[in-house]
Amino acid sequence: MLRDQDRIFTNLYGIHDWRLKGARARGDWSGTKEIMAKGRDWIIEEMKASGLRGRGGAGFPTGLKWSFMPKEVGVRPHYLVVNADEGEPGTCKDRDIMRYDPHKLVEGCLLASFAMGAHASYIYIRGEFIREAENLQAAIDEAYAAGLIGKNACGSGWDFDLYIHRGGGAYVCGEETALIQSLEGKKGQPRLKPPFPAGVGLYGCPTTVNNVESIACAPTILRRGGTWFAGIGRPKNSGTKVFCISGHVERPCNVEEEMGIPLKELIEKHAGGVRGGWSNLLGIIPGGSSVPVLTKEVCDTVLMDFDSLREVRSGLGTAAVIVMDKSTDIVRAIARLAKFYKHESCGQCTPCREGTGWMWRVMERMVTGNATIDEIDMLEDVTRQVEGHTICALGDAAAWPIQGLIRSFRPELERRIREARANARAA
Amino acid sequence: MSSSTTDTTVQPESFAFTAENLAKAQAVIAKYPQGRQRSAVMPLLDIAQRQEGWVSLAAMNYVAEMLDLAPIKVYEVATFYTMFQLKPVGKYHLQVCTNLPCMLRGSEEIVETCRKELGVGLGQTTADGLFTLSEVECLGACVNAPVMWIGDDYYEDLDVESAKQIILALKRGETPKPGSQTGRQGSCPVGGPTTLTSLQSSLPGGDA
Repeated sequence: MLRDQDRIFTNLYGIHDWRLKGARARGDWSGTKEIMAKGRDWIIEEMKASGLRGRGGAGFPTGLKWSFMPKEVGVRPHYLVVNADEGEPGTCKDRDIMRYDPHKLVEGCLLASFAMGAHASYIYIRGEFIREAENLQAAIDEAYAAGLIGKNACGSGWDFDLYIHRGGGAYVCGEETALIQSLEGKKGQPRLKPPFPAGVGLYGCPTTVNNVESIACAPTILRRGGTWFAGIGRPKNSGTKVFCISGHVERPCNVEEEMGIPLKELIEKHAGGVRGGWSNLLGIIPGGSSVPVLTKEVCDTVLMDFDSLREVRSGLGTAAVIVMDKSTDIVRAIARLAKFYKHESCGQCTPCREGTGWMWRVMERMVTGNATIDEIDMLEDVTRQVEGHTICALGDAAAWPIQGLIRSFRPELERRIREARANARAA
Repeated sequence: MSSSTTDTTVQPESFAFTAENLAKAQAVIAKYPQGRQRSAVMPLLDIAQRQEGWVSLAAMNYVAEMLDLAPIKVYEVATFYTMFQLKPVGKYHLQVCTNLPCMLRGSEEIVETCRKELGVGLGQTTADGLFTLSEVECLGACVNAPVMWIGDDYYEDLDVESAKQIILALKRGETPKPGSQTGRQGSCPVGGPTTLTSLQSSLPGGDA
């Protein structure tokens, strides 16, 4: 198990003071000026060495992403945009960082912006997180008042401004190009890449969009060294991660653990185990609603990191672990997710706009068994026609849970259809 | 938006920010670079909604004028984002999450309790105009499911009884205590943390 002294988010539960005084006592803002004095290249190399992969779901190496920004600042200013639009069902980690450890994020914004030549950064926080935005704003105000950000931030000679922008309740804005559109005051509709935001982002300027947790990790990584972070977890899947364990466990919770921890150990050690014991487990969605559900057999042994979960045809995503015991109607569960994606489709791409509605309606019929066996294959086929045929990953996200259901629970779908037919004949 | 044949919403004639809200709006606009004031459209609609209780056509036009935008640019934003209420809602807007993590922890019972206590269905407002009941998508507090959002606060770790007590308190004109209704600290597991225990005593900044 990860040792407490290797945990980054030492106020994850808000037991201690989240304000500047408490944050400083936990080590935040110590030696920030000295880190900046080592230069932009040093920071980016250290982030690369840490092996940190983006904590927002896609798992793209953070240091590499930072290195894509133009080396020299031209006429267009550079921006860091922090994605705090946490909305992937099952995920509630960034919320805790912002309300209980906001200075980690503020300091991370300064260091990341400095490394990428940005004098301004916007944190796009989901609109429903009103209290979280209040704490974060209070932390920003404290940082300004203490000279940690603003003109000559931390005495480094670097000017840096940090702003919060509140969203309006649209899941799709978690997609980086939609988020940028939304920040510009438009509908949150994704656009094609390329051009990538590092070339053409906010206001047409070079921009990097990073998840809250990725940015909030950075100060600790830079203080303790990339090799420290890289030494935790497994190769290419390094570091610590905040896991969100929800659903049918005895004690749902967030917890920071080592990447690559066995799923079973994670749940039994921190969440009190599956309700009714491990043998009562039906399946687990290991990385937020978008990733395919795993059967108990897979859950018995799988490790919680990007590559291990990819090997079993699912994904780490946001590390939001949704546990379902044997009382769960798995078809209804996935139908509920299908309804979610239908609700959240921005309507721009036909396969997603039409496909999410179609998939949801068929899923509702699958719940009652009011379907034919070959419609299972048709449903699977439609998910393939949506997947990969849209501007953003929302189409994929809508397709994968259904594909996972069909792959892992096809006998249950068929049983319902046969049962419904038998009942109809009997009536 | 405005006048479909079935829409009975009565639109006010005009709208203007109060002096206090005008100052807030100007502070918001200043957060964005020169010429990029369009970025302020959502924050300004939010201020308008806090002032009016909902976002009327007049408010949208007012925001458009303030930001030097064609009104349609504001309408399309207001209709795209679910947080903007384009019809009046009750003083207390109960928004119950029914997405999967909440559903697994009993959100359907919470919706049912709200229906019973308020005597209205989803998307409806009580006759006295006090309560509106809505279903929302994931609120991002999943380890504290089931969750309900009222005003600026989340009410978490709900069950039938606590949901009922919240509604009764609101009916009495009280403000129920937000956060976990079982009294647990944040997202910490019930019964105490399994991590960070060795740090508690060594953190001078700790106030616990």
